[in-house]
Amino acid sequence: MAYALLFSVFAISTCGLVYELTAGALASYLLGDSVTQFSIIIGVYLSAMGLGSYLSRYIVRNIISVFIEAELLIGLVGGCSAAILFSVFEVAVHFRPILYSLITVTGALVGLEIPLIMRVLKNRFEFKDLVSKVFTFDYIGALFASLLFPLLLVPHFGLIRSSFFFGIINVLVAFWALRLFRGEVIRPRALAAAGGVLLFFLTAGFIYSEQILHFTETLNYRGNIIYARTTPYQRIVVTREQDSLQLFLNGNLQFNSRDEYRYHEALVHPGLQAVREPRNVLVLGGGDGLAVREILRYPGVNSVTLVDLDAEMTKLFKSHESLVRLNGGSLNSPKVTIINADAFVWMKTNNQRFDFIVVDFPDPSNFSLGKLYTNTFYRLLYRALRDGGAVVVQSTSPFVARRSYWCVVNTLKSVGFETTPYHVYLPSFGEWGYVIGSKRAFRMPQGFLAGLRFVTPETARLMTEFPPDMGPVETEVNRLNNQVLVRYFEEEWSRYVH
Amino acid sequence: MSTDPPQSGISRRSFLIKGSLYMASAGGIISCTNPLVDRKKDTAGRIVGSNWKAGHLLTQPGGASPKETERTGILIVGGGIAGLSAAREIKKKNQRDDFLLLELEGNTGGNAISGSNAVSPYPWAAHYIPIPGRDAVFVRELFEELGIIEGYDSKGLPVYNEFHLCADPQERLLIHGHWQEGLVPQLGMSERDRRQYDEFFGAMERFRKARGSDGSRAFAIPVDHSSRDPRFLKYDAISMGRYLADNGWDSEYLRWYVNYCCRDDYGCRMEETSAWAGIHYFASRDGTASNADSHAVVTWPEGIGWIVKRMEKDILPHIRCNACVLNIEKIGDELAVDYHDVRRGTAGRIRAKAVIYAAPRFTAFRTIRFFRERLPSYAASFGYTPWMTANITMKGIPEGKGAAVSWDNVSYHSDSLGYVVANHQDVAARREKTVLTYYHPLTAGDPAAERKEALQRSHREWSELIVRDLSRMHPGIEKDLEQVDVWLWGHAMIRPIPGLIWGAARQEAMKPLEKIFFAHSDMSGLSIFEEAQYRGIIAARQALRTIAAG
Repeated sequence: MAYALLFSVFAISTCGLVYELTAGALASYLLGDSVTQFSIIIGVYLSAMGLGSYLSRYIVRNIISVFIEAELLIGLVGGCSAAILFSVFEVAVHFRPILYSLITVTGALVGLEIPLIMRVLKNRFEFKDLVSKVFTFDYIGALFASLLFPLLLVPHFGLIRSSFFFGIINVLVAFWALRLFRGEVIRPRALAAAGGVLLFFLTAGFIYSEQILHFTETLNYRGNIIYARTTPYQRIVVTREQDSLQLFLNGNLQFNSRDEYRYHEALVHPGLQAVREPRNVLVLGGGDGLAVREILRYPGVNSVTLVDLDAEMTKLFKSHESLVRLNGGSLNSPKVTIINADAFVWMKTNNQRFDFIVVDFPDPSNFSLGKLYTNTFYRLLYRALRDGGAVVVQSTSPFVARRSYWCVVNTLKSVGFETTPYHVYLPSFGEWGYVIGSKRAFRMPQGFLAGLRFVTPETARLMTEFPPDMGPVETEVNRLNNQVLVRYFEEEWSRYVH
Repeated sequence: MSTDPPQSGISRRSFLIKGSLYMASAGGIISCTNPLVDRKKDTAGRIVGSNWKAGHLLTQPGGASPKETERTGILIVGGGIAGLSAAREIKKKNQRDDFLLLELEGNTGGNAISGSNAVSPYPWAAHYIPIPGRDAVFVRELFEELGIIEGYDSKGLPVYNEFHLCADPQERLLIHGHWQEGLVPQLGMSERDRRQYDEFFGAMERFRKARGSDGSRAFAIPVDHSSRDPRFLKYDAISMGRYLADNGWDSEYLRWYVNYCCRDDYGCRMEETSAWAGIHYFASRDGTASNADSHAVVTWPEGIGWIVKRMEKDILPHIRCNACVLNIEKIGDELAVDYHDVRRGTAGRIRAKAVIYAAPRFTAFRTIRFFRERLPSYAASFGYTPWMTANITMKGIPEGKGAAVSWDNVSYHSDSLGYVVANHQDVAARREKTVLTYYHPLTAGDPAAERKEALQRSHREWSELIVRDLSRMHPGIEKDLEQVDVWLWGHAMIRPIPGLIWGAARQEAMKPLEKIFFAHSDMSGLSIFEEAQYRGIIAARQALRTIAAG
């Protein structure tokens, strides 16, 4: 019986550490900055254990019963912790208090268990042997858990399933103890019944953990979700994958920090570099501030107006630490004016003229977005552009959606723009297309700012070369009353995706 | 594509003309403001509707004797499209500004009347106008004046302001649980159905291009520009239903579509609609544009109300609303027009050299003394369909399986004509709320019985019918509905039954009565904008000539 209890020390310790690691991992996934998160979680967990140990002195009767009850509670709280944290993350305003409370409860319960076991065993071993044995099993359990966690559990089980699994182990330990101390436990049936219910519940959680995970939508993303919010306009999700960040709007990748500089350098520099003495720049869409970051490299630019529909989006990219690091704090620059408005509606009433306009809308995948690619909208752009200025329009993939791409080009042409189509290769997206529109003939700049990682005179020259499989095709002009672009786009991308 | 039908854009055109005065026995106002969340509660909203109380004054002719008498050159009765067009024509031609327009309602517009709420302006009936063809000269001139046509391209084709052209996607149909693009049923169609479509639309296309022995287009707008060749006029003798049967077109889908079009445009089932009128729907449009196809329509969130606001702008000082005309009679060389000021409760008399009667004809049988004394022979031929229209404010947009939400959204399985999304023309990428303008011509039974029944229903009963219909199209939509406002049109539009358009009645009805000139789309037998405008302008010219002749 003594060794059975010592084995339970091992099990408890393993489970406890798994819960701690799960919380630490989740906190780093969801909140970012793993050093801080792990450090705080370990601190809170250990101090909670201390609290539990301290409280154990107040338990003077029915030690075995309390031990079993605590074990069942650990199984419940620890077992469900990952599922709870994943689910509340998106809805809870105060995620951290929930996180730390769960850790404190788990830690305190685990901290309670060891002294209790020592007291149960105190008559069976000498004190020096008792301490030695208990702590040996305790620390071996910790080692076991810390190896098991990264090597087996996270890659094969995932966090939610792992924590349910260890919750089940806690409950089984409780059952075992119940059996060992049959005669000494008060109300054994009640405890057994509670254990049975818990076992059923945790097993169900274990089996359906995929569904739970799906519910929390983490499965939709390769990386770990570090921010998720549904705004009146869209679902914003930011994920972290190793060192890189990804932004998803309604499930569609907008950028990956690994290669977004390619996209944004190519979006901004060919056009802006060619404009003489640019001062006023307009950015439509692009609430992530990454295009603005590139624009602010030009010291002559003294005003950037950013029009993005979603205030939550611009707020996020003004305040989230990792994201602000990514956009270089561009949205907090005094040169930048943020306007949260519908771009079409705003352009209809706009009277300002700009030297350079960046049009960085999501792809024309529906009729609402398709309006932002119509000749009517481009006429408003034309009106808002200074004579020597340029506009640049992100215009989907000329490889995947060739007709869509050239439809954007042809539509810009139809309202009087001189067009300069170009494309780049983006690892995250594949071949990607842009179009520069200008009122006069446009020439790719011969030199670019120092310090760019992607755009150089050489790469810029290649950008305007279209191989035959992406070359110009005849298309209709996209108009409000035909929305041909949405139809082209849907057809071309559905062919590509299926 | 020869089989492409005139994308029912054409629909609803019918509403153009004001019937309000003489909606007479139309609706009342019933209000309630409970939120719609709980279905046990009443739906928020009310029955609005034309001024039926005032309209009923017509049943007691005479009225109080006027205290004062004014004088004017030309007096226009009725401020719908016909009356407004007449007034504008007089304003253009008559430098002395010697005219007045009396309107029963608080606003002009007639069937083109509109309203608005925090979400969007919306129409109460007439929603759009198809781009005009060659014969519709007056419409083109108006479009140029209002900037709807911005210019002409090198080929001479009109360039339309693209904010006014109906935005894509234009139409979708719910059929067999799936929304398809366009209103001509496609899902579940057999080879036989397809063949009949080809035949029918082929025939319509031939009619569209056909000219009669007199060189005129077989089916033109204005109607009176159409050929008088008996080869075409003969279709006025039979119904549209009969025309389909005679050609062996029995496809359920085709018959549904044709019937839908007749109800949509004329408020008559195809068995009641003259085949000439039915064919006219498909064969009259010959509009062209530089930047739109020939089926294109122009539309605004408030429907034709957008045009009304601009039409009345220049003539505002001449318009007197809330004026219910009770009596018109000849006194000496002049016409005396007695009216009741509905708001002030006072009586007035205006003596005019000429009158343009631009209200629905059935009202003239009560207001014009000569007609009261001797009902004209054609009176019985002028029948009117009652309609119910509703504006429904909802959270979000009514999506659905299949085609994306469109301007016009129709269910194959409903008795209603479906709904138009009033804020469809809004360019904003996201819409938090939507206003749906819902149309239902009450064509199930005899118009008089339907009219009576419609008026007896409470707002709650109407909104339950509407919500039930909508929730069949969009399960679960109830919880998103915020407000349902209902308008009952007692006499929404003239019914082009067989014989009306080319029979004696209409010819008779067009004749002026002394110095009373008639101007209303009733006289064309088709309740559409183009006809109302045409009748208004022609009557104005006649009246001006008469006055000039002394």
